[in-house]
Amino acid sequence: MMKKLIIGLFALSINVLPAMAAGPSVPLMEAGNDLTDQPSLQRGAKLFMNYCLGCHQMQYQRYERTFRDIGIPTEVGLEQLIFDGSKVGSHITNSIEKDDAAKWFGAAPPDLTLIARVKSPDYIYTYLKSFYKDESRPFGVNNIVFPSVGMPHVLQELQGLPTPITEEVEEHGHTVTKVVRTETDGTGEMSVDEYDQAARDLTNFLEYVGEPSRLESEALGIKVIGFLIILFILAFMLKKEYWRDVH
Amino acid sequence: MFGKIIGWIDDRIPMTRVWNMHIAQYPAPKNFNFWYFFGSLAMLVLVNQILTGIWLTMNFVPSSEGAFASVEYIMRDVEYGWLLRYLHSTGASAFFIVVYLHMFRGMIYGSYQKPRELLWLFGMFIFLALMAEAFMGYLLPWGQMSFWGAQVIISLFGAIPVIGDDLTLWIRGDYVISGATLNRFFALHVIALPLVIVILVFLHIVALHEVGSNNPDGVEIKRKKGSVAEEDKPKFKFHEYYTDKKDIVDAIPFHPYYTVKDIVGVVGFLILFCWVVFFMPAMNGFFLEGPNFEAANPLKTPEHIFPVWYFTPFYAILRAIPDKLIGVAAMGASIVVLALLPWLDRGTVKSVRYRCGFHKWNIAGFVVTFVLLGWVGATPQTDFKTIVSQICTVTYFMFFVLLFVYSKNEKTKPLPERLTK
Amino acid sequence: MSNAPVDNGRRRFLTIATSVVGGVGAAGAAVPFIASWNPSERAKSAGAPVEVDISKLEPGQLIRVEWRGKPVWVVSRTPKMLEQMKAHEGQLRDPASEEPQQPESAANEYRSKRPEIFVAVGICTHLGCSPGFFEGNFSEKVEGTDDGFYCPCHGSKFDMAGRVFQAVPAPLNLEVPPYTFIDDTTIIVGEEEGAA
Repeated sequence: MMKKLIIGLFALSINVLPAMAAGPSVPLMEAGNDLTDQPSLQRGAKLFMNYCLGCHQMQYQRYERTFRDIGIPTEVGLEQLIFDGSKVGSHITNSIEKDDAAKWFGAAPPDLTLIARVKSPDYIYTYLKSFYKDESRPFGVNNIVFPSVGMPHVLQELQGLPTPITEEVEEHGHTVTKVVRTETDGTGEMSVDEYDQAARDLTNFLEYVGEPSRLESEALGIKVIGFLIILFILAFMLKKEYWRDVH
Repeated sequence: MFGKIIGWIDDRIPMTRVWNMHIAQYPAPKNFNFWYFFGSLAMLVLVNQILTGIWLTMNFVPSSEGAFASVEYIMRDVEYGWLLRYLHSTGASAFFIVVYLHMFRGMIYGSYQKPRELLWLFGMFIFLALMAEAFMGYLLPWGQMSFWGAQVIISLFGAIPVIGDDLTLWIRGDYVISGATLNRFFALHVIALPLVIVILVFLHIVALHEVGSNNPDGVEIKRKKGSVAEEDKPKFKFHEYYTDKKDIVDAIPFHPYYTVKDIVGVVGFLILFCWVVFFMPAMNGFFLEGPNFEAANPLKTPEHIFPVWYFTPFYAILRAIPDKLIGVAAMGASIVVLALLPWLDRGTVKSVRYRCGFHKWNIAGFVVTFVLLGWVGATPQTDFKTIVSQICTVTYFMFFVLLFVYSKNEKTKPLPERLTK
Repeated sequence: MSNAPVDNGRRRFLTIATSVVGGVGAAGAAVPFIASWNPSERAKSAGAPVEVDISKLEPGQLIRVEWRGKPVWVVSRTPKMLEQMKAHEGQLRDPASEEPQQPESAANEYRSKRPEIFVAVGICTHLGCSPGFFEGNFSEKVEGTDDGFYCPCHGSKFDMAGRVFQAVPAPLNLEVPPYTFIDDTTIIVGEEEGAA
């Protein structure tokens, strides 16, 4: 009885706590990305190299390993995804000076190697889809999940410049006007669905880079646990056999 | 030939004698249950931590400039580095899980009571050393939580009157947490504290084997010499060291019976452990916290900072009290009071099975309190939770006060003459 | 305690089976610990093949490049050097390069892919010092040979194909690393033709 109570409480605490600890007040969209989808990862890598790497680095991740993991042949990667003449074994970095960047943007653009682990894939996906037009901001855009965001909407040529849709919301007993979603203005190269997919691809790539060992870990984990189950059965039978002396 | 080698060694060190005395002919009560797995599991996790720790040290760079990057180097560039690191980080949490359950076992079966007071105290010292070890280890990845968590905990020492500020400065070796702090924590984490823990574990086991294991019935298996009829004695051979002084009932040799049983426990534990290691090493931010994937930044505090889950019950007691000094004192007292358990419990019946009904409820209440404190300490503070933490702080200490009171003239159930199943 | 007879066969079988499977598990658990000592991605990246531009290499000149932390020499041999190499073959330990100190493609009398360009790891095969290049004044070490390499540590001598002379401590010819000509003026050290 006591045992069950304790185990129950432990299980409960593990399940309930993360929900309590969750951060942002804006509901996040589900990214729905898939780490096993290599074409998506490849498109995501391409988007990153083209639109993000100018300011954001992945200073802990190497090109070569990335290409290998997401199925890009080295020659193709060298030709199409490395723009600064870096060697294939080098880290994914840019050459902007931190101090300069801090001057341009107010703060140095953060390294993105681990962003998917600091935040979450859902956060990144929502962030990429939550830019909206706001003339009061230095770059003319703001972001629903990251208010007063300090960067331009770099994917604007793809998505267009979304218009904010506001709603009256009750908050702490006051009625406030909040941007709840955005609507495309149709000036982007991509349709809404295409942009969603692009955001998902980029999210997918960032999640991969956050923990490049994820798939390898799970593949190995299945084998290890399968092995342990066999060992468990044997050990259990051995114990039963010996304990016949006792019972 | 083999026998000759053994004989040669035995002439020089007491190998066979120690093996027999402490393993093959060590009398263990025959009725150990589920709760008795956690001692051997703690040992397993200790070995895991030491091995993976040594291997991580091979690539870790203990400097404020290099630490964070070197962890990512281990995670990405070193072959199987990710696995070694996850084994170590998951092992840290697993260590506390098994130690808490091991301590809880001691509480419900009265394993701290006479004559096992020193055994319990060694255990408490291990617990303290383990907390220091975990705390210092947590600074090493040099992430945001590492930095700010250490900042908060070290500041606690500032609450000590008169010497507080100088003490915090001395611990850090700088005006903030810095490379100097990291380096000394690294030295303590990889050498000093593991050494202390291993020595304490050794003493813990020596003390255990001197007095013998308690059991779920809390009835001693060692009886007065000559008090047990020949046909009641177990059919197994036990070492003369034990049988010369006492008659032994209801015991079985540790090996092979508990070795094969502990193997089952170990493999069962490994299944759960590996599931976490391979599939959810971050455990939704409980074993590895999101903000700790961001390098330490002395100019920016993360939105919510709280310690890793295993410290949160004690941290909640600290936060419950609006005065810094009293808060720190209460947190310290919450651990000291656990160490004093053998003297606070004045009862003579050990196991919860034969103690008064109120004792059951008191323990259940303590468990609920502990879990609630853990929850409150691990989540952002709200007015409601502050009240919860204050109530729980009171009930935490009330457990010991009540125990002290009712254990004096407790109405207990009759103890069985021999061990039950 | 039951009085059923102990089934020793079953007991022994289960003990052995559990031990064997457990042993396999222990061996498996050792794999990550052992594998983590292999060169990391960083080491591999630092040890990646190196491109060398030889368009400015004058006849008789030696340039040093670093590959896997070791000095690699690229020498442009003059016709005179090539000529003299044949003369002292009798004084060498392994004139025909029978020891596998060079890739297959360089296992010839010049120990190189092209006779005029010599590539070698500039580490003495004795105890790891880097020999010096004696250009034009090697005859003070070996009579009748104008150019060669001399190791300052223990006096080992090598000719212009890195072949070791007799009666010196070094046991083997200098190692020739894998290398490839991309074109007439560029070679890649560390990568063999045809191999990835």
